[in-house]
Amino acid sequence: MTTVDMNMQILIVDDYKTMLRIIRNLLKQLGFNNVDEATDGSSALQKLRDKKYGLVISDWNMEPMSGLQLLKEVRADSRLNGLPFIMVTAESKSENVVAAKQAGVTNYIIKPFNAATLKTKLTASIGQF
Amino acid sequence: MPARKPTSKTGSRPQQGDDAVRAQLERTLHELSNMGPRSEPSEVVAAVESVMATVQGDLSAVNLKLYAEIEALSRYIANAKAEIAQVRPDEIRTTHLPTATDELEAIVGSTEAATNQIFEAVEGIEEIAGALDEATAQKLTDHVTKVYEACSFQDITGQRITKVVKALQEIEQKVDTLLAAFGEEAAQARAEREAPQEKTPESPADADRGLMNGPASPGEESVSQDDIDALLASFD
Repeated sequence: MTTVDMNMQILIVDDYKTMLRIIRNLLKQLGFNNVDEATDGSSALQKLRDKKYGLVISDWNMEPMSGLQLLKEVRADSRLNGLPFIMVTAESKSENVVAAKQAGVTNYIIKPFNAATLKTKLTASIGQF
Repeated sequence: MPARKPTSKTGSRPQQGDDAVRAQLERTLHELSNMGPRSEPSEVVAAVESVMATVQGDLSAVNLKLYAEIEALSRYIANAKAEIAQVRPDEIRTTHLPTATDELEAIVGSTEAATNQIFEAVEGIEEIAGALDEATAQKLTDHVTKVYEACSFQDITGQRITKVVKALQEIEQKVDTLLAAFGEEAAQARAEREAPQEKTPESPADADRGLMNGPASPGEESVSQDDIDALLASFD
């Protein structure tokens, strides 16, 4: 039985349009069709404050606001701090993972990733679907 | 510029004067040493001459040794400057680095365009899959998923190339520093290179290398397949 709202709005954040398209298409295959996009942390934060989202999937390495900074802003905002936040990044050093965990990341996916990994991390972050 | 040796003077000097000369020479050497390769050979010579002008009487063995060392230092600086000028740091700054950066950015642009074309194709396949029976559609979707996964190469290579571009920008800054110190010598070396010279015959290998420029960068002159076909046809 599905416990997840498959109509939830998901925000994906990446400065590479290719990656936005990949994630959007993979989410669509998994049944999530309400996907919105942002190309850096600050525009993503604005969207999050303007609209209700059920999940954020964000890259780390972006200008002017990085994914880590976005995560910190989300966790510091009382209206957003419970939002599931998945970091999808090529930053694979343990110090990065630790920094993201300390900032409150829900899950962490290393690029390049496959669809199975994305599904596993989604399930771990928002529940079985 | 060769250093002039001071004229020897007759008569003996008091020990105190000898010490003062030595101390001054050591100070001058220290200052020149701190300046590193930026110091001008003429400055070294002038400093030595200034010190030697104060000498009263015959030069001691220590003075002569110091003088020889300063002269050697002067030659070393002159040679270092000439060698750095031959490295052509101005060309690195004006030609090589911008070309490398442009080429790398073109790679990112090309791979992004190609990836978008792949997306267009597989999204079309996904639409077709929707009209097929469930088992066939699932097979098609599985393959399409693999294509999406593989396309993440564009993001990864893009990030790697961005790192290389940043490294090139760092090098550019270092070269700028080098040019600030040796700009005059580099300009002189360039003028010498650009002066009309007797043309040496080009070897077949050189001629071939001159034709190997790789794909045209954005903004560079390039021709279409139609242009090529027309050109080939013109030989018939």
